[in-house]
Amino acid sequence: MTKTIVIDPVTRIEGHAKISIFLDEAGEVADAQFHVVEYRGFEKFCEGRPFTEMAGITARICGICPVSHLLAAAKTGDKILAVTIPPAAEKLRRLMNLAQITQSHALSFFHLSSPDFLLGWDSDPAKRNVFGLIDANPDLARAGIRLRQFGQTIIELLGARKIHAAWAVPGGVRSPLSEEGRTWIRDRLPESFATVRLALDLFKTLLDGPLQDEINVFGQFPSLFMGLVGTDGEWEHYGGHLRFVDSEGTLVADRLSEDDYQTFLGEAVEPWSYLKFPYYKPWGYPDGIYRVGPLARLNVCDRIGMAAADAELQNLRDRANGTVTSSFLYHYARLIEILACLEHIQALVDDPDVVSSRVRSHGGVNQLEAIGVSEAPRGTLFHHYKVDDNGLIQSVNLIIATGQNNLAMNKTVTQIAQEYIHGATNGSEIPEGMLNRVEAGIRCFDPCLSCSTHAAGQMPLHIQLVGADGAVVSERYRD
Amino acid sequence: MTVKTLKIDDIDVAIAAGSTILQAAQEASIPIPTLCHLEGLTPVAACRMCMVEIEGTSKLFPACVTEVGEGMVVSTNTPKLQGYRRMNVELLFAEGNHVCAICVANDNCELQDLAVEVGIDHSRFPYQFPKRSIDLSHPQFGIDHNRCILCTRCVRVCDEVEGAHVWDVAQRGSACHITSGMDQPWGEVSACTSCGKCVDACPTGAIFHKGETTGEKQRDREKLAFLMNAREHQQWTR
Repeated sequence: MTKTIVIDPVTRIEGHAKISIFLDEAGEVADAQFHVVEYRGFEKFCEGRPFTEMAGITARICGICPVSHLLAAAKTGDKILAVTIPPAAEKLRRLMNLAQITQSHALSFFHLSSPDFLLGWDSDPAKRNVFGLIDANPDLARAGIRLRQFGQTIIELLGARKIHAAWAVPGGVRSPLSEEGRTWIRDRLPESFATVRLALDLFKTLLDGPLQDEINVFGQFPSLFMGLVGTDGEWEHYGGHLRFVDSEGTLVADRLSEDDYQTFLGEAVEPWSYLKFPYYKPWGYPDGIYRVGPLARLNVCDRIGMAAADAELQNLRDRANGTVTSSFLYHYARLIEILACLEHIQALVDDPDVVSSRVRSHGGVNQLEAIGVSEAPRGTLFHHYKVDDNGLIQSVNLIIATGQNNLAMNKTVTQIAQEYIHGATNGSEIPEGMLNRVEAGIRCFDPCLSCSTHAAGQMPLHIQLVGADGAVVSERYRD
Repeated sequence: MTVKTLKIDDIDVAIAAGSTILQAAQEASIPIPTLCHLEGLTPVAACRMCMVEIEGTSKLFPACVTEVGEGMVVSTNTPKLQGYRRMNVELLFAEGNHVCAICVANDNCELQDLAVEVGIDHSRFPYQFPKRSIDLSHPQFGIDHNRCILCTRCVRVCDEVEGAHVWDVAQRGSACHITSGMDQPWGEVSACTSCGKCVDACPTGAIFHKGETTGEKQRDREKLAFLMNAREHQQWTR
């Protein structure tokens, strides 16, 4: 008799989800599904609103990365105005996005994932969290929390609040960085560099030791990778163009414009999840599976363009002999991106433009359809609006990073379940540590389900074990 | 000049006959919350925020239109009034679509300020989520009926100060709304002089400058005060 294991809700991710593991007659894992069980309907209720409100509205999708929506909405608004934003505004937007990536990656690594690495997959689940980390390694925990604070405070220095700062607007931004803010950033940079160095050294030591196996099991498979790259192929998070590479590092498509996303991206729907399944259209569904986010950005770029981050990028690529296909190395990629962000912040904070008062272009409704793109911490984010002659929204399409990793997350969950769950029979207890590994496979992608379903709800974990006859044989809940 | 003497919240007040209780309270520095009232415009007692109790009757009276009387004993802040005021603001929130977080007038809104003042953290009444329109047809300004509380300040300022009478009140009950011209899109109303006084008078984010985003609403209330003072006292400096 076959059965299904359900993990519901999945914990330490942003959003609400469950995992179903389907067993065959022999009790081996036949398949696994990552269900997103939230629904919010942002695309619908934005209809009829002025496009100038979209940055403020869509930023409310999420409290973790509102900046990403703010920037994508503002960039889409720039195109509706048909204006070029002032150079200072672009640099300031970049500064905020770098701060956002830093704080979000710090949250993912230190608060959400490091308890697994440092306390152990099988450790007491009641302590396997950031509070357990504070008990076990208070210095590291404090440093991680302060690194996140560094990013959050830059966002506040620019937008007057840490979360949901409606500061980026169509045409530019509202205000520049103050001299006091500039000084604060400069003063705090050395500590932030030291923290990410500490985390990188620690994580590399773990990769060479106790975490070696995870590299081959946690979502190690070929797929396409997509991300923004700069004009010369350098790492990019705000402008540039889109690029696809395959697992061999071969360029599949380059110099793609977000304006044409519908020609190369399709969105499939499955009845068991509210999260859509985007795919690379020329390769069809589901063969067009691609990954986005930190690992994808590091795979698609030629280089980062900053000395320290480039050295780490080389180390990452050396470990994988080129393109990195293990989803477990998203964690390493995240740390490298924090380093890259800090180096870019260091360069930007000394730029005279960031305190310039020429930060906003004005215009009317000069384009009735526009598509904006930016790199959110979790991957590429598209906003697509159609407006009427007065600028009222007629339709909205949001393509969120986590959605684009949906196929890869399902594949990762299946791979981990197949590795760790064997011979499960009716009534048998699945060890919690095994289920934690399945969850951790999802956490590699640091998914943000609130954003990706644009959905409501809390964020706990539910795993179900479903037998061959479809009956739930075992399940585990965690709040 | 005939003077009337009365007590407001146990404070003796003497004021010219014909004055309103609101004016008398202001004279004595006794705060009474208002929403539809705007100094210089004809009071209409639409919002009912300024209701007060007068000894000798169980009826409540709107302070903005009720004349003072000799020997009146007025209470402005009893538990009964506090309860009604709170309910009144809750009903305003439940009746329209007021989403402060993304509103152009966030942190710069008289309705929001009043909600804080009367201690509202939620509405006890079910939100109606009415389907209302936004008119962005005017080249400079927009009106979002979702945020309108029907205070009619725009109607009065346009008629009484600008003399254009672009705005009026249409229909009744839950269908009641502010309308422009002969029920035309605002941008097509030739009477509009684009003076922006309605934007300055609007207490919420219902009428705004186009292009303003969350919390960016600018309103020049001093301009209105200056115009009204100039008209009344012939003082043309600001």
